Amino acid sequence: MGTKASKLPKDLLSEYQELTFLTKQEILLAHKRYNELLAGEDRHLPSPRVPMSKILTLPELKSNPFRKRICYVFSTSELRDGSLTFEDFLDLLSAFSDSATLEIKSHYAFRIFDFDDDGTLDPGDLEMLVNCLTGDTEDTRLTPEEMRQLINNILEESDIDKDGTVNLSEFQHVISRSPDFVSSFKIVL
Amino acid sequence: MDNVDGAFLSRRVVAVNNPLLDQLPSYQTLLYRRKSSGSSSTKRRRVSRGRYGSTSSGGGTQDVRGKCAYGRTQDGPSRSTTEHRLARELPLNMAEKRRHKLQLYRDLSGWKQWRSSAGHYLKRMREEGSVVFSSMQLWRTDIHLIEGMFGTGILSYFSFLRFLVLLNFMMFLLIFSFVILPVIVAKRTLFLTVYVFVCMCSEIECSVYPPRSRQGLVVFHQYITDLLSGTGFLEQTYLFYGSYMVESIQFPSFSYSVPIAYLLCTIAYLLLSLLWIVKRYSSVCSVCVSDSFCNKIFAAWDCCITNENAARLKHKSLLYELKTDLEEERIRQKIAERSRQEKCRIYTLRFTLNLFVICVLAACFYAIYIATIFSQQIQAQVKCTCASQQYTFIVALIFEYLPSIVITMANFITPIIFTIIISFEDYSPAFEIRFTLLRCVFMRLASIGVLLFSLWSQIRCPETDCPCGYNKKLYPCWETHVGQEMYKLLIFDFLIIGAVTLFVEFPRKILVNHCDYALVKWLGQQEFAIPHNVLEIIYGQTICWIGAFYCPLLPAINTIKYYLVFYIKKVTLVNNCRPASRPFRASSSTFFFLAVLLIGLVLATVPIIVMSNTHTHTLSTGYCAHYSEHDSVSNTHTHTHTHTHTLSTGYCAHYSNTHTHTHTLSTGYCAHYSEHDSVSNTHTLSTVYCAHYSEHDSVSNTHTHTHTHTHTHTHTHRVLATVPIIVSMTQ
Repeated sequence: MGTKASKLPKDLLSEYQELTFLTKQEILLAHKRYNELLAGEDRHLPSPRVPMSKILTLPELKSNPFRKRICYVFSTSELRDGSLTFEDFLDLLSAFSDSATLEIKSHYAFRIFDFDDDGTLDPGDLEMLVNCLTGDTEDTRLTPEEMRQLINNILEESDIDKDGTVNLSEFQHVISRSPDFVSSFKIVL
Repeated sequence: MDNVDGAFLSRRVVAVNNPLLDQLPSYQTLLYRRKSSGSSSTKRRRVSRGRYGSTSSGGGTQDVRGKCAYGRTQDGPSRSTTEHRLARELPLNMAEKRRHKLQLYRDLSGWKQWRSSAGHYLKRMREEGSVVFSSMQLWRTDIHLIEGMFGTGILSYFSFLRFLVLLNFMMFLLIFSFVILPVIVAKRTLFLTVYVFVCMCSEIECSVYPPRSRQGLVVFHQYITDLLSGTGFLEQTYLFYGSYMVESIQFPSFSYSVPIAYLLCTIAYLLLSLLWIVKRYSSVCSVCVSDSFCNKIFAAWDCCITNENAARLKHKSLLYELKTDLEEERIRQKIAERSRQEKCRIYTLRFTLNLFVICVLAACFYAIYIATIFSQQIQAQVKCTCASQQYTFIVALIFEYLPSIVITMANFITPIIFTIIISFEDYSPAFEIRFTLLRCVFMRLASIGVLLFSLWSQIRCPETDCPCGYNKKLYPCWETHVGQEMYKLLIFDFLIIGAVTLFVEFPRKILVNHCDYALVKWLGQQEFAIPHNVLEIIYGQTICWIGAFYCPLLPAINTIKYYLVFYIKKVTLVNNCRPASRPFRASSSTFFFLAVLLIGLVLATVPIIVMSNTHTHTLSTGYCAHYSEHDSVSNTHTHTHTHTHTLSTGYCAHYSNTHTHTHTLSTGYCAHYSEHDSVSNTHTLSTVYCAHYSEHDSVSNTHTHTHTHTHTHTHTHRVLATVPIIVSMTQ
């Protein structure tokens, strides 16, 4: 399961093809890009990890406001530092690929938006989400009044059991009716 | 940790926790869709959900495992089918898996094997075909560039433009293959062989008929006038209705009725447009258009964005959009809380403002009406006196184009008035935009209607002195005339688009970039306003639909026009414009474009139907009053006589008077007077344009006689118009 050689073994490649939504070319390209990020000495470890700071230099993730969340969600590191193995990286690309199903996309989207990892989108998560969307600086934020109004609106539309939070099935239900989601939740290397 | 695991329980448990969600019909459809997508994803090649296992096999925190547990439990039931599917799908790519597939195939019956392999083959073919097709698409790279720079809203405008180019081209092909080509072929063979087809009357006369009495030394600028207004040398070309005065073409085995083909073609291209629009419409509507906040928040970020500048812009536009939406919501709440007194005040205000809008519209329509009538009268005057020298070139051109100019002015001024007015009416911002747009649409499309109406009122004449049902004196072939008007509108529209880009938007950009005045800065760079741009091209398309009946080559001209407009708009977008501050969503904009286009199509159909119905006379008597009932032609000679003349007017009605015959031919322009008393002094009439009176009784006996003679000879359907000339020559 290692990426010791810079060339991907054939059987591994086919296995990846089976297990992800990516095509052969996409996997090979991903492998090439991943190896570029990997430091020289790490290449000889059994399952090397690329630290998050390096992953974030990819132009595809660089301007994404959720880049850190994406790394945390797809990382299998026990240190929770957002570092990715090659297989994590493939998982990421697979979820964001064109042919991934809506179900998988919405599942990962939910986890990305769930900033405190508690399994529901509560008002705090939603506020962070909106702040990510409008920009980081102070002057690009909505006023507290506007924010409260916006969160109330979102909850009114999506919180069906009225418990004040959005859970996964509620989220997937809302997403399934959103025409723009599938086209926007997409990263192509 | 309990909390975490609870959150990622299987869907069924969640559903039980959430009985409300389960009851929602939309949730049921979602479940259904999941199920069906699960089974239909057989079509996908590399479907696998088993990879959750491999993800967690690398080890991880409890948290991660909990999440993966969700994936596993959910996929548990469908796992076996997935394995099955996988084995069937993957060998397409992998040599190792091919063996596996064969093994699996052995388990299947022969029929199923064959069916699945055939299915794979077909699917592969289709995919390859679609790849080839998409690479052949018009402007693919241009459109991708625009998408990357300006987003999907503006992209939808350009793909709409592409759709119109294709539609026009198809319309042109239709008309060309069924009307234009047969006529051209027939006319060519006319010179090669003997008259193959019936009553190609205009041909000889047309060769005599000079472009609007311009002979000898023609000043160069007159060619420009002709080119711009479709008169003169253009009038006799295949551009206009008048050239299709062929009754039927006699092929060796069958006869091809041109009028019927013409009429069917018109119906066909209108139907084609309708079906095509509806098809596009349905593909847009299948995506449920949702305007909710959830759609805006959860699907807000376009993860494809790789450009930092674009990302910054996206942040800004998202902030703006959210703010305006919230503002709108607040306004809506305020509206709901209005007191009765306030309501009263607002309704009266709206009422008066609407009255004012109606007044503005009426004034515009009246101006168009007056301008059309005036322009028509000037044109008629110029025709009658052959005194185009009376006006200078520019003035004459302005008179010709007066209706187009007035319409364009009205379309330029009224939107400005409307946007000012709407701010007083106190609607919610989104409704303001829609309502202004609605008024503009009405203005644009109704102005064409008014133009047609005023033209129609000129063409029609009182019943008493009108034997043919229309003003033949001024409009010998009114269909050609309407075609010319539409041609002028189309050309003018194109010129305006080009001129605005070149002389307004470009200087503005330079000013903004190089001047520091406050006013200039306030004005800012041009915004690419999608609704108005779309309205502009839909207006052109409506003209094309109306005009295609009278000017069969108009779709071809329109194709070329839109082809050029695409590049003009692309250049101005990339160089002169900044993206609109209020983004126009792709899903809603496509819907809007097609809705307006549909209105345009309906509007275009109405005049064609009305005109062809109320004037079945001119229609059925032929292209420019020729196509007549055969029996009446063969039976009564006086009738045939009349038909000849109705036909030949416009091109040249001829003198049957033998005295002046040579003279007339040389001027090539005049009238056939069947009226007896006026025959004697035809000299004075030679310059006067074509008055043809068809009072049959007053036709001289000898005349009728000669006609009788020739007709029996030619068996009624032979080049009717040549007959009198030949006859008079022999005399």
